[in-house]
Amino acid sequence: MAVFVIRRLIVSFFILLASTFLIYTLVAVSGDPLGDLRADTSPNRQQKIDARIEKLHLDQSIPARYTIWISGAAKCAVPGLDCDLGEAKNGQDVSALLGTAVSSTLRLVAAATVLAILLGVSIGIISALRQYSGFDYSITLMAFLFFSLPIFWVAVLLKQYMAIQVNDWYRDPKVGLVTSLVLGALSALTWGAIIGGSAQRRWVVRGVAFVASVGALLAMSASGWFKFPALGPGLITVLSLGAAVGVAALVAGLVRRNVLYACLATAAVGCIAQFFVTPWLRDPKWASWTNLLALLVVAVAVAVAIGWALGGLDKGQAIRATVITAVVTGLVIVVDIALRTVNPYSRLVNGRIFATTGSETPNFSGTFWEGQLDLLTHLILPTIAIMLISFAGYSRFSRASMLEVMNADFVRTARSKGLTERTVIMRHAFRNALIPVTTLMAFDFGALLGGAVITETVFARRGMGSLFVTGLSQVDPNPVMGFYIVTAVSIVIFNMIADIGYAYLDPRIRLS
Amino acid sequence: MTTLPPQPITPEPGLPGTVPPDPVSGAPQGGGGVEREFTIRAMTQRQLVTRRFLRHRGAMIGLAVFVVVLVLANSAIGIFGLPGWWGESYQTTGEVVAGGRMTLDLLPSFADGDGVALGNHPFGQDNVGRDYFALTMRGAQISIVISLLVGLIATTLGVVVGALSGYFRGWVEGVLMRITDVFLTIPLLLIAAVVGKISGGGPVTLAFVLGLLVWVQLARLVRGEFLSLREKEFVEAARAMGASSARIIFRHILPNALGTIIVNATLTIAGAILLETALSFLSFGVQPPDTSLGRLISDYQQAFQTRPWLFWWPGVFIIAIALSVNFIGDGLRDAFDPKQTRVRA
Repeated sequence: MAVFVIRRLIVSFFILLASTFLIYTLVAVSGDPLGDLRADTSPNRQQKIDARIEKLHLDQSIPARYTIWISGAAKCAVPGLDCDLGEAKNGQDVSALLGTAVSSTLRLVAAATVLAILLGVSIGIISALRQYSGFDYSITLMAFLFFSLPIFWVAVLLKQYMAIQVNDWYRDPKVGLVTSLVLGALSALTWGAIIGGSAQRRWVVRGVAFVASVGALLAMSASGWFKFPALGPGLITVLSLGAAVGVAALVAGLVRRNVLYACLATAAVGCIAQFFVTPWLRDPKWASWTNLLALLVVAVAVAVAIGWALGGLDKGQAIRATVITAVVTGLVIVVDIALRTVNPYSRLVNGRIFATTGSETPNFSGTFWEGQLDLLTHLILPTIAIMLISFAGYSRFSRASMLEVMNADFVRTARSKGLTERTVIMRHAFRNALIPVTTLMAFDFGALLGGAVITETVFARRGMGSLFVTGLSQVDPNPVMGFYIVTAVSIVIFNMIADIGYAYLDPRIRLS
Repeated sequence: MTTLPPQPITPEPGLPGTVPPDPVSGAPQGGGGVEREFTIRAMTQRQLVTRRFLRHRGAMIGLAVFVVVLVLANSAIGIFGLPGWWGESYQTTGEVVAGGRMTLDLLPSFADGDGVALGNHPFGQDNVGRDYFALTMRGAQISIVISLLVGLIATTLGVVVGALSGYFRGWVEGVLMRITDVFLTIPLLLIAAVVGKISGGGPVTLAFVLGLLVWVQLARLVRGEFLSLREKEFVEAARAMGASSARIIFRHILPNALGTIIVNATLTIAGAILLETALSFLSFGVQPPDTSLGRLISDYQQAFQTRPWLFWWPGVFIIAIALSVNFIGDGLRDAFDPKQTRVRA
């Protein structure tokens, strides 16, 4: 494994050299760097031209300029030395520009990747299990539509409909009867498709989902929940217990009760803990990412202990189930805190909760949670815009992969052994279907970065995308190379992780 | 040991044009005493594929939409100097009538009293009074031309390089793999924007340079196909009979790889449309005075609140073209798939 990693690193190093040289040369010849100065009519035109020639080394040949740049950039790899990525045309240091831009773009790309993978793979797998059903056809149609959408168009549409109109709606948030009925019908159809089974069971599920959704929407609208959203202890308890039952059903089935009891115990511990955790986290003195992470570690540790104690014969399976339940319960508690922050946050931003420009509100002064909510609301629309295409790709790919696995011999053997369908799918088919998806992750990352450039332009986020666009339009290689080196290194790292993950998941590769 | 009564064997659908044989006796059914003459119409691979493709509803709808858009765009404003049937030009500015509103009226007279009308400016007018229908048609024309050219160039290059590297292996394959690795670390939009800026913005040059970028993906796929096909027995047989490499590649391996090539060429075309419009949106693609659907959207994105039609129509056309090409590609993929037994409804 170590040899593999080192070999990949060396190869990647040379690939990076080649590609950076290629891009640098292309950007340098893409136009005249002195173009705007040649048209200048001020008296000190010649001095300006000379100053720029000296600063950007324009008197030297392109490979020489590239060598200057790469020797500066190589200093970045050595921890002790200062990073010298050159200067932009207006004199700003590129590494300083990058510092602020990278966090914004990385948030965007990370959120989009995680969401696209989670949603895409789960919907793809469900779609494969319900092949040729109405759900499958509608998901396929949706995937085709998303493949054909231009990201920039979708981004502007989102700006209008999800941001401006939702903000207008939020001034007096009420859900009408017709809207509730339509949303309830959609929810009923989705739940019926997800929880499959006999036709009778699906209709029961649809009915319950419809009534519950319509009732919930009307209640939320009438009670003004949208203005002061919160989950409350009751709902948290219901959600976490429901999640416990769901996770136990998926992982181990509900017949042997060991795992079910272990998950319920974990959820119960979480529900009791919320009375201590929520006020503690909401206190501005204690709210921070490190504390959240510490809580996560504690929760996982408690879950492992409960799983081990109550797990019965297969402790590994029980521990997996309880850890997932603990994470979901933690997520529910965090969502509750975030929802409670919406009201004070909206007062700070005058009711326009969905932002359309920038990556955060300028001069924002609020508590930790309000700051995080601010980042989130600025993140949500660009993430949706980028994620649509990736989601379509993942769902199609995991659907195809799952179908291939379900037709494989080992699944037929498992079924003929008499295993329940749930065991066959979750224990055998699911894991094997996931293996090819790791290869897709590596390809998709580059496409996501391209999408990030476009959405940053549309939503006016100050990220690496805008560095690239302004740099290229002004024939300024240094910011473009700054953008490129960060993206190339992250793509290489991501590819390597995907390859290692692929080798880890597929024993046939490891042993060959 | 119990013996089961003879079960009726469900007759195979059989080849088209035949009468299914009687399950027990094997003779053709429906006959009386006279032997019925029946012909088995064997279908060639090409006929089978065409038949499956023509039966694919999604692909047929996609084909219809694509042809409609193609004909509409090219006939409305003319091509290669031939005039079109649409009177307004996309370049003449003029007076903005009624705020540049759309004059297209699809509601018949019993709905709003005006009747169905096309009007002078069915898609409205832009800021300086140019007719938006002509602009959109011109943009669609350019986008389609660029994407078709990109598909052509990428397919040709990709097939040639992929075939050579897959069949001969050796240094050609090594070079191709290194080039592919380098391209993998570069986001496509990034390098497309850079070369788009270099190319200057004429549609044909842009198509050319984009084609030079996109062929890598196709070459990898063709190489994979060739790698697996060259191990087949018929290649060994051909070689044993003394066939030259060129003959083996073109007469034996390439026709078998054609399915993958055609499907991926179609998907490349769909991707090329989205790439070109995205580049034009970022203003690194088609430059003025020529227009592209992406440029139109970029120019008028601020106008969305007041004159949404300036924004909707180019987007609708992009989606229509890309979606129809994607459906055609999917239909082709299903048609070429030998394991496809269920006819897509």
